[in-house]
Amino acid sequence: MSTAIERFDDKARGTFGQIGQTEVYEGELLRHRVYTRFLHWMVALFFFLALFTGFGIYMPWLFRWFTPIFGGGPLSREMHPWFGLGFVIFFGLQALNWIKPMMWTAADTKWMRNLTKIVGGQEKMEPTDTGFFNGGQKMQFWEIVSGCVVYLITGMILWFGASVFGRWAVAVSYVLHDVSALIMLGGIFIHIYLSTIGQSGTFQAMIRGAVGEAWAWTFHPAWYKQVTGRDPVQACEEARRKASAR
Amino acid sequence: MSDRKTLQIKQISGHSGPAAGFDMQRDYDVCKLVDTTICIGCKACEVACVEWNDMPFTPTTFDNTYQTMPSTSHSFWNLIKFNEFQREDGTVQWLMRKDQCMHCADPGCLRACPADGAIVQYTNGIVDFQQENCIGCEFCVSGCPFDIPKFNPATKKVYKCTLCSDRVGQGLEPACIKACPTGCLKFGSKDDMKFIAEERAKQLRENFGFEKAGVYDPQSIGGTHVVYVLHDAENPERYGGLPRNPVIPWSYTVWKWLFKPVLGTFALFGLLGVLMHYVTVGPRRPQPEPPIKEREG
Repeated sequence: MSTAIERFDDKARGTFGQIGQTEVYEGELLRHRVYTRFLHWMVALFFFLALFTGFGIYMPWLFRWFTPIFGGGPLSREMHPWFGLGFVIFFGLQALNWIKPMMWTAADTKWMRNLTKIVGGQEKMEPTDTGFFNGGQKMQFWEIVSGCVVYLITGMILWFGASVFGRWAVAVSYVLHDVSALIMLGGIFIHIYLSTIGQSGTFQAMIRGAVGEAWAWTFHPAWYKQVTGRDPVQACEEARRKASAR
Repeated sequence: MSDRKTLQIKQISGHSGPAAGFDMQRDYDVCKLVDTTICIGCKACEVACVEWNDMPFTPTTFDNTYQTMPSTSHSFWNLIKFNEFQREDGTVQWLMRKDQCMHCADPGCLRACPADGAIVQYTNGIVDFQQENCIGCEFCVSGCPFDIPKFNPATKKVYKCTLCSDRVGQGLEPACIKACPTGCLKFGSKDDMKFIAEERAKQLRENFGFEKAGVYDPQSIGGTHVVYVLHDAENPERYGGLPRNPVIPWSYTVWKWLFKPVLGTFALFGLLGVLMHYVTVGPRRPQPEPPIKEREG
């Protein structure tokens, strides 16, 4: 089973590597391949399409603001499930692509305990055992995986309605679908913040696919060590000495 | 003489604030009285409904009863439900109930509807669907305790009995009332209909031996603008699934009108939170950073 997923992922990565390219300059490391980036932006596109069509239907106070974006209420309602389906499909592929680096480890549990320090800005460098993804990223990933399952099940019930699934199934799905959306809405603010202005040098990882070495040893030291073979703390100290010598 | 109360809107689905002109006229509620004890199952009301509303011929479905079809549909809003109830002594009681929109005082369909103006409640109690504003989400179907709104897959809109708001607005009685040959159906103000219904129920209890006879006007949804006189008001389920205690799901009351706006606002605080994090704590930068010259706090 797992080898079948690996074969599928390898083939997709290979195909997309031929279609596009990732240029890694001197002093940079390859972070996200073409396939990963493609999936990420397809997920983002469908997420926002589903979010805005959903907003119109979410609350009557938002109805008049958001439904005209998609040509009115009936079209919003018609398109929302399809956008949602696109989101679930592309995120499903991303989940297969990322299933290995997203596996939870003891380092992640440690990272989560350290969360207040990181949010408070007391820790300049990540702990040395932070790998390709940190605990927060993994938590968001698994939240979206479970969110997609909730979306898919409750979404199907809401899509085909009470005339197929019965009154109470719709009433319950209505609440669960909203809860999932609210959690993801809160998560997307943090995700966009940290990947743009909140953590310098992160955005290019999903755009060009490459990150600076200093970014790598600061935020994902264990990954840095894995790909370069150098010790992240030493590398950082070396850079500091070079900078002060200048 | 036209009835201005049918033109006066009381509540609008998916719409914040009161409806313009509300509370400007003397109040009276219209009401349809269905006395199931004198219904003979002639289906004249079914025909009158189809005729007046210009609905197409719908093929009937034979299910070993006299019922025209299993349930109402988007082009068949008025259905006599035929139920055979076997009493303890083995004799059979044939129960006939005219099934249609109950025009609830607290309409579950209207509460569930997210589309501005798709469902309106007039001050006289009539709950009416405005198909041009309907988005076809079918939440009303789930909000209704009586399984009344019906989705038309061809138009992707939901339809139901209008209590002939077009006729009532012109001072006429609904078409079904006009067609009824036995006096089983009556139309008037809610107070009058409730009075007649209670009198009839009392008569059934005292003179005809129906000890449990009573009026069906469920208070769990604030009462309805269609009331029934039943031989056995303690067991309304026997009349083709009339709920004893109709309820609107929690999803369309507390969740939709309280938690949704509150939690939505909380989500916006998330946006404020990350902004404030940026201006107070500040971003994280790849190390080494330039040496710190000065530091506040």
